[in-house]
Amino acid sequence: MNKYFIALLSGIIFGLGLSLSQMVNPNKVIDFLDIFGHWDPSLAFVMMGALAVAFISFRIILKRPEPLLEKAFHKSHRTEIDKSLLAGAAIFGIGWGLSGYCPGPAVASLGSGNFEALIMVISIYAGFFSQKWFSSKKF
Amino acid sequence: MENFTPLSALLGGALIGLSATILLLFNGRMAGISGIMNGLFNAPKDERIWRLTFLCGLIIGAFIFQTISPDFFFPRQGYPLWLIAIGGFLVGVGTRLGNGCTSGHGICGIASLSRRSIFATLTFMGTGMATVYIARHLL
Repeated sequence: MNKYFIALLSGIIFGLGLSLSQMVNPNKVIDFLDIFGHWDPSLAFVMMGALAVAFISFRIILKRPEPLLEKAFHKSHRTEIDKSLLAGAAIFGIGWGLSGYCPGPAVASLGSGNFEALIMVISIYAGFFSQKWFSSKKF
Repeated sequence: MENFTPLSALLGGALIGLSATILLLFNGRMAGISGIMNGLFNAPKDERIWRLTFLCGLIIGAFIFQTISPDFFFPRQGYPLWLIAIGGFLVGVGTRLGNGCTSGHGICGIASLSRRSIFATLTFMGTGMATVYIARHLL
């Protein structure tokens, strides 16, 4: 098994999970965010299901000196709560609420010939490149 | 609450947790989709292939699910595409500025008890909910 196959397998399972949980349904995402309307709390259960697995497995895995196929874990060790973290998260949330897509479901929905997903993914990349360009400027 | 689907949400979430577990155990990588997407064009050359196979897997997984159970999909009709474009752009800028999205911060980060991820998740959930409130109930 090599790391490219593992990444493919992991992606497939992620895509199945996003579909089964209906994270790929933007109406359902917006209904989840609509706590003052007809709130649909389902997507909170997606997070609980994912965290129930990852919380335990990460604890066990990160006790290892290294992953099985690579030399080291690629993990952020940053701890500071700074302006860019909070501003970035705030901006992301606004975009998520407007569109009903976060990055995973946008990519996953490309295969179903969903035109919204195509626009979403192109716009996300436009955002990536704009942010990179903007942050490289000195004002 | 007529669309409340806690069981499929929990199971789908568990699959997402399993996907993150596999990627961390074998490849030592966090399953943060916005970071993987960004690295597809920005990471060093030898770190791009696994990102590509992961993202292809994401599309394949969703496609497999849709083929097996087409009744599970509810494509959204007539949602303004300019809103998707603006939303996508903000998702792109925000996830770069804040270093992560729903999967990277909300699942992998919280599973590692990262303070940054906990603050980021509370922030994007908050602005996502505020955005939907304004868009659905005030405008």
